[in-house]
Amino acid sequence: MKHRSATAVLVLAAFVSLPAGAIAPGDPVRGEAIYARCQACHALGYDRTGPKHCGLFGRRAGGVPGFRYSPAMAQADVVWDANTLDRFLANPTGMMPGTAMGYAGIADRQERADLIAWLRQASASPIECPP
Amino acid sequence: MIARINPFSALQDLGRRRFLVGTGATLSAAAVALMAGRPALAAGQGSKDDNLETDVRILNTALGAELEAIAAYAVGAGSGLLQKPVLDLAVQFQGHHKEHAEVLAKTIRNLGGTPVEARERYQFPTDGLKTQNDVLGFAAGLERGAVSAYLGAVPLFRGRELASAAASILGDEAMHWAILRQALGQDPVPTAFMS
Ligand code: HEC
Repeated sequence: MKHRSATAVLVLAAFVSLPAGAIAPGDPVRGEAIYARCQACHALGYDRTGPKHCGLFGRRAGGVPGFRYSPAMAQADVVWDANTLDRFLANPTGMMPGTAMGYAGIADRQERADLIAWLRQASASPIECPP
Repeated sequence: MIARINPFSALQDLGRRRFLVGTGATLSAAAVALMAGRPALAAGQGSKDDNLETDVRILNTALGAELEAIAAYAVGAGSGLLQKPVLDLAVQFQGHHKEHAEVLAKTIRNLGGTPVEARERYQFPTDGLKTQNDVLGFAAGLERGAVSAYLGAVPLFRGRELASAAASILGDEAMHWAILRQALGQDPVPTAFMS
């Protein structure tokens, strides 16, 4: 009995103690809840104060036709993918000084991973983002 | 009786002075910052123009979102789906957003910027608004987002007075969110912290 619980602890520890700095894969369900923070300015399917997010992955920064971007975003040499989004969402005005997205960012890496996992799915959803 | 205050009133003189300096007077940025009681700026956080531009940009994005919220409440109140007393709430909250927008626009002008104007048309997910609860849920989502938006703006302002003024709007948006959740039969204050 003692032995079994010790094994259980070890197995648990193997799951829990990811190497320093590592995070779990992004969870889109948690990500959807985190997107509530963006919804004063963004929607998936239409432009608001910020540009729509449908089609985000693989698109150039400042790439939604007809949206009036800041010069900083319009001229940025960035294509949105998990890495560039992670850098931007950690500190939007740090990565892109002069951006009109006056938002401090999401400091927590896991929260960013969750949000990006959800954005990847939702921004390609045939229901929210019909072709 | 709750006194009506303008959280930005202390800034109006400050803004004018900074603006005058920006248009050709010879005071240094540090002198202006000191005059206005702003040691952080006087110590040199960035150039005066940089700081003004940054603050105006943040305020203008917030103003854009407030103008959209005013239009959203107009859609909600005009939908015929809201019954009293919820309808009265929507009208009252829209009034708050109008006050926010006015004070933001005025502050932007005081800082030498040009406030964004309301768009001719806004897009809303009106297809999904069929009941009173749909409208309340939609409004709650906007208010919840607004809390996060102001929370995300507060640490970016170069002027501390602007940060505290934005926080005072944040408090109002949070109250709207809680009341709308209450009207929806949800836990009005589901967390101890907002993010
Ligand atoms: C206060 C309003 C506001 C909030 C809150 C906000 N954004 Fe933005 N966002 C903007 C604006 C405005 C732009 C356009 C920026 C520019 O032109 O410099 C933008 C641009 C972006 C872009 C670049 C899109 C493109 O087409 O190149 C991404 C990605 C983005 N936002 C994601 C997010 C996410 C995710 C959140 C929530 C964590 C969020 N934003 C919160 C206003 C906001």
